[in-house]
Amino acid sequence: MATAQVRLGAQPAGAEVARPARSLWADAWITFTRDRLAVAGLAVLVLLSVAVLVGPVLWKQTAIDFSRALQGPSLDHPFGVDDLGRDLLARVLEGGRVSIAVGITAVLLAVALGTAIGAVAGYYSWLDNPLMRITDLFLSLPVLPLLLVLIYLFREALQLALGAQLGVFIMIVGVIGILNWMPVARLVRASFLSLKQREFVEAARCVGSPDGRIIFRHILPNVLSPVLVAATIGVGAAIITESTLSFLGLGFPSDTPTWGRLLFDAVNYLDIAPHWAIFPGLAIFLIVLSVNFIGDGLRDALDPRRKI
Amino acid sequence: MGRYVARRLLVAIPTLIAISFVMYAILALAPIDPLSQFGVDPRVPPETRERIREALGLNQPWPIRYVKWITAMVQGDFGVSFMSRSSVSDLIWQRLPNTLAVVGVAYVVGVLIAMPAGIVSAVRRNSAMDHVISSAAYVGFSVPTFFTGILLIIIFSIKLRWLGFIYDSTLKVTDVPSLIEQLKQSIMPISVLGLFDAAVLTRYVRASLLENLPLDYVRTAHAKGLGERVVVLRHALRNSLIPVVTLIALGVPTVFGGAIVTEQIFRVPGIGELLVTSIGTGDTPVVASVVMIFAALVVGFNLLADVLYAVLDPRIRYS
Repeated sequence: MATAQVRLGAQPAGAEVARPARSLWADAWITFTRDRLAVAGLAVLVLLSVAVLVGPVLWKQTAIDFSRALQGPSLDHPFGVDDLGRDLLARVLEGGRVSIAVGITAVLLAVALGTAIGAVAGYYSWLDNPLMRITDLFLSLPVLPLLLVLIYLFREALQLALGAQLGVFIMIVGVIGILNWMPVARLVRASFLSLKQREFVEAARCVGSPDGRIIFRHILPNVLSPVLVAATIGVGAAIITESTLSFLGLGFPSDTPTWGRLLFDAVNYLDIAPHWAIFPGLAIFLIVLSVNFIGDGLRDALDPRRKI
Repeated sequence: MGRYVARRLLVAIPTLIAISFVMYAILALAPIDPLSQFGVDPRVPPETRERIREALGLNQPWPIRYVKWITAMVQGDFGVSFMSRSSVSDLIWQRLPNTLAVVGVAYVVGVLIAMPAGIVSAVRRNSAMDHVISSAAYVGFSVPTFFTGILLIIIFSIKLRWLGFIYDSTLKVTDVPSLIEQLKQSIMPISVLGLFDAAVLTRYVRASLLENLPLDYVRTAHAKGLGERVVVLRHALRNSLIPVVTLIALGVPTVFGGAIVTEQIFRVPGIGELLVTSIGTGDTPVVASVVMIFAALVVGFNLLADVLYAVLDPRIRYS
C-alpha cells in the first residue's frame, strides 16, 4: 500500500488522467468482442442454449398422431413431423438438451483428467516419462472403434444398474472423456515444464510453499487460458462424437431424441421426409460452428502476445 | 536415418501389443457373455453350452486366452466369426481394400484441394479469396461427416436423381460402362471424406505457411531476387509442411472414424461397416479383429508420419 502511494505521488500530474487499469480478463473480453465471428458464434450459442432450455417448456407438442405422419414443415409444425406424427421442433429442442449436456460434461471430464495428468507429468519429472508414454498410447488408439466396442459391452450392464437414460448418459460421457484427455494433458505438461523453471516458482519454493500450493496457486492459473481454448473446441468435438455414436445406433435409445439419434431415425425416410434429417443436422452444424468460432476468438483474445 | 526408423519401429510394436492387451482385457472383463447369441435360444441345454465354451476355449482364464489369441493373430489366424461361421481373416481381407481405397482416394483428393487452397489463402492473406477459402474450410471442418453424407444423398440421389446411394459391391470393373458405374457410386463416399480432409488440411497449411512467411529467410530469398513462386513453393512451403505432417498423423484416428461413418451411410462394404454390423450381432471375434486392424492402421500411419518428419526436417535427430 505504501509503495503505491509513493508511486502515485511521484507521478506527474498529467498521468492521472490515464485510463483505469484493466484486468487480464477485461483485456481479453475487449479483444474477443472485436472478433465479429466469435461474437456471432457466442450469440448463436447463447440463442441455441436458451432455446433448448426454455423451448421444451413453451413448445409442448409431444403428441403422437399417425394421421399427419411424415408431413413436411408447416405453420403448425415448423420443422415438420416424424413417422409417428411427432412434432420435430419439440424433439429437436428436447434432444438439444441432451446433446449439449453430453458435450459439456464430457469435456469437463476430459479437461479434469488431462489437467491432472499433464500437471503431474510436468511438475514431477520422474513421472513425466511413464505418463507421457501412456498419453502417446492413448493418442494412437483407434478412438471411434473403441468407443463403439465399449458401448456395446457396457451398455446393458449400466442401463440395468442406473436406468436407461442415466446409464447411457454416464457411459457416453465417461467414454468420450476417457478417450479425449490427451491433447489437454500435453498442453498442460508443456506449459508446466516451462513455467516451473521461472523465477516466481523458484521464489515460491524458497519461501517454503508446498508442492500442492505451487501447482494450484502459482502454475495452474497461468495454464488456464490454453486449457480454456482447448475445452471450448472440445465441446464441439464431443457433440459430434455423441451424435456419431447415436447416428450409428449405439448412443441413446430412441425415446431420448438426441440430434444424432434423430438423424439415425431419419435416414430410412430420406426420400419422403428429408426435413426430418435436415433440421437436427443443421442444429449440430450450427452449434459446432459457433463453438469453433468462439474457441478461435478466445485463442486470439487470451494470447498474451497479441496485446491491444 | 536407418537407426531412427528402426527405433520408431521398436516403439510401434510395444504400442500395438499394449493396445491389443487393453482391448482384450476390456472384452474379457466386460459384463457380457460372448455366448449370449446361443444364450437367447432356450433349447440349448446348459451342458451343451458348457461344451461350446470348452470347444471355443472360453473356460480358460483370460490372460491365457489373450496369449493364445495374440499368437494366433500374429500368425494371421484371426479366428472364426460366430455369425457367418467363416474365417475372420477372409471377412477382413475381402473388405479392407474397399476401406483403404475410399480413405486413400479421399485423402489424395483432400491434399489436392488443400495445398493450392491453403497456399493461396496464406499468400493473399485477408483478400476476398482468403476469406472465401477460410470460411469454406471452417464450414467443412464443422459439418459432421454423417450430415454431409445425408445432404449429398438428399441433393444428388433424391432431388436430382443423378447418383444411386447404395454402393453395389458386386460390381466388377471390366469395361468402360462398368468403370463409369464404379466412379458414379464412389463419388459421394469419396467426396464426403475428401472434403472433410481438405477442410482440415487447408487450415493447417494456411496457418503453418503464415508462420513462415514473415521469417528472415523468406525475406532473404525475396532480397536475392527470387520469384514469388520459387520463394513460396521452394522455400516457405517446404518448411511449413513439417508441422503439418505431425498434425496429419494425429488426425489419422479421426480419418478412420470418418470412414466408419461414411461406409455406414453409403453401405460401402468396408471394415468399418463390418465392425458396426458385428457389434449389432454380437460377433466378438470379428469385433476384436477389426479393432486391432484399425489400431494397426493408426500406428502404421503414425510411424510413416514420424519417418516422413525425419526426411523433411534434417534438424531432427532423436537421440
